[in-house]
Amino acid sequence: MTMQPNSFRTGPDERGHFGLYGGRFVAETLMPLILELEQAYEAAKADPEFHAELADLHTHYAGRPSPLYFAERLTAHFGGARIYLKREELNHTGSHKINNCLGQILLARRMGKTRIIAETGAGQHGVAAATVSARFGFPCVVYMGATDVERQKPNVFRMHMLGAEVKPVQAGNATLKDAMNEALRDWVTNVENTYYLIGTAAGPHPYPEMVRDFQTVIGNEAKEQMLAAEGRLPDALVACIGGGSNAIGLFHPFLDDTDVAIYGVEAGGHGLEVENGHAASMSGGRPGVLHGNRTYLLQDSDGQILEGHSISAGLDYPGVGPEHSWLRDTGRVSYVPATDKEALDAFQLLTKIEGIIPALESAHALAYVGKLAPTMRKDQTIIVNLSGRGDKDIFAVAKHLGMDI
Amino acid sequence: MSNTRIDRRFAALKDEGRPALVTFVTAGDPDYDTSLAIVKALPKAGADVIELGMPFSDPMADGPAIQASGLRALRAGQTLARTLELVRSFRATDNDTPIVLMGYYNPIYSYGNERFLAEAHEAGVDGLIVVDLPPEEDVELCLPALKAGLNFIRLATPTTDDKRLPAVLANTSGFVYYVSILGITGTAAPDATKVVEAVTRIKRHTILPVAVGFGVRSAEQARALGRVADGVVVGSALVSAVKDSLDVDNRATARTVQAVTALVAELAGGVRAARAEAAE
Repeated sequence: MTMQPNSFRTGPDERGHFGLYGGRFVAETLMPLILELEQAYEAAKADPEFHAELADLHTHYAGRPSPLYFAERLTAHFGGARIYLKREELNHTGSHKINNCLGQILLARRMGKTRIIAETGAGQHGVAAATVSARFGFPCVVYMGATDVERQKPNVFRMHMLGAEVKPVQAGNATLKDAMNEALRDWVTNVENTYYLIGTAAGPHPYPEMVRDFQTVIGNEAKEQMLAAEGRLPDALVACIGGGSNAIGLFHPFLDDTDVAIYGVEAGGHGLEVENGHAASMSGGRPGVLHGNRTYLLQDSDGQILEGHSISAGLDYPGVGPEHSWLRDTGRVSYVPATDKEALDAFQLLTKIEGIIPALESAHALAYVGKLAPTMRKDQTIIVNLSGRGDKDIFAVAKHLGMDI
Repeated sequence: MSNTRIDRRFAALKDEGRPALVTFVTAGDPDYDTSLAIVKALPKAGADVIELGMPFSDPMADGPAIQASGLRALRAGQTLARTLELVRSFRATDNDTPIVLMGYYNPIYSYGNERFLAEAHEAGVDGLIVVDLPPEEDVELCLPALKAGLNFIRLATPTTDDKRLPAVLANTSGFVYYVSILGITGTAAPDATKVVEAVTRIKRHTILPVAVGFGVRSAEQARALGRVADGVVVGSALVSAVKDSLDVDNRATARTVQAVTALVAELAGGVRAARAEAAE
């Protein structure tokens, strides 16, 4: 167990470390650019005009603030704590991913870059990256595992319509990790004009910090909205974890409110006991170095990275953002798995009793709420991050339910 | 200054007045026994320094040829422990040719840094190139490796400017590996004029030998780059030669070892002609 810090909100240090985790493990070709990016981000953070432009885009382009919705029937169904949904699925492009993309595209423009690349799993980040690239007039290339291209066809089509070039990646299992490898290869090759718009709070410093900062709008709004609704802070927060950007965005503003219990829900796939049958890097992996940072990873005894499995294309990544790894070790956040089946059940439940179709990713968080809420008192509250909408998932869900659409 | 097989080899070649041919092959590609046979045959074919790739599932800086090569090795059961074993077997028959292990950090970190450095040194490894450990992370492995008596060879790239070069060179030993292109291994041909400028620039900052690689495929290129560089690195072309010699199931054939040594001999001719011409 790491020693308890005075504050959970001061990381990373100047070298990009969250305790043992994080860092800058990249090839030399990229290193000067990473340092330039860090400087550019520091300058942007200190520039009121940058924040003003981002806030304006949030309001008029993305549709923020997203509502905090009291899920009355879901609460009654579980018969415990009062459940609030942070409705990130109502954002433009249908998920929290737009928050990060708007911030980074403004940064890319400040840096004078002329070409955007991104990786995507479920396609939510790819769509958001393609969207902001269209809005700001940048050419955009999105790397996507060939397996994911197949199971997320609607999002592939959306990216095409938005003018992005989607490059299917055949390497490995052809999913998110392989897409990220290929994006890094592109970046090394086109480092002079290209901005790599990473979609989650992972990768080399400063990405984990920067993506987190752009996503904390979720937690900051939620805090204010909860105080307005209930007159006090929530008792618990729940969010799903792939790389963990929606989760860190909700969690970070509450980390020093130690009466707020925080739960991150990883993809349990077929179950943690099934070898290589899940994508729960913190519940079933160990620390290692991949994609520029040290963090919990799914790996074999030789340090080769495993592919992992989840029904959700947005969660089957073998790593996790480094700040989550640190929060896990400090014990501030509890990380728990939800299986494919539990997520599918939660997907259907929310759709039927609240009229909201959640993304399969977010359904993992809802699955854990189903376990947590009944153990809490009726005067207690939970905020669950509804990070994305599930329209993209209806084909995958239908297949799992044995239906043909 | 360290005194490893690498230092001694570059010093000897300097006296000979020619650049080194540095050959990269992946340990365990296409299988352990064939790989050992290839490595054992390299010095006689004309390799001066052997770079041995430690296969990794996610080689972010490598192009298709070396990606595929690593995958073949992993599928054939190669591990970091087996790579060290391969070096030990090689050393039983050759105590002079320098061996540099090249790869990515995670398999080493997983093995345990201290244990890895001790066993690598004992096995007869002379130097390490770890692609994803820039100078900013020197405390991880670079400094302990130097302490363990191994060279830590750093990559310098076209993006490493004069301001950054001293940081990159600070804890580098053995030689400097200049990456001649922006990009991944084996995908583009280096522009000889730019490489001459870059190597000259690096040499203003260090007395270490400078080897040039990424994208060198032919004896002609080796000869051109060898006019200015102290070493020429060839990798993708060699692992492609391995691949082209395999049967339909990616298994070694009677031609595999010879396919590699023939190309190495040709390249060795290139580096040997480099300075002879320059002197004319």
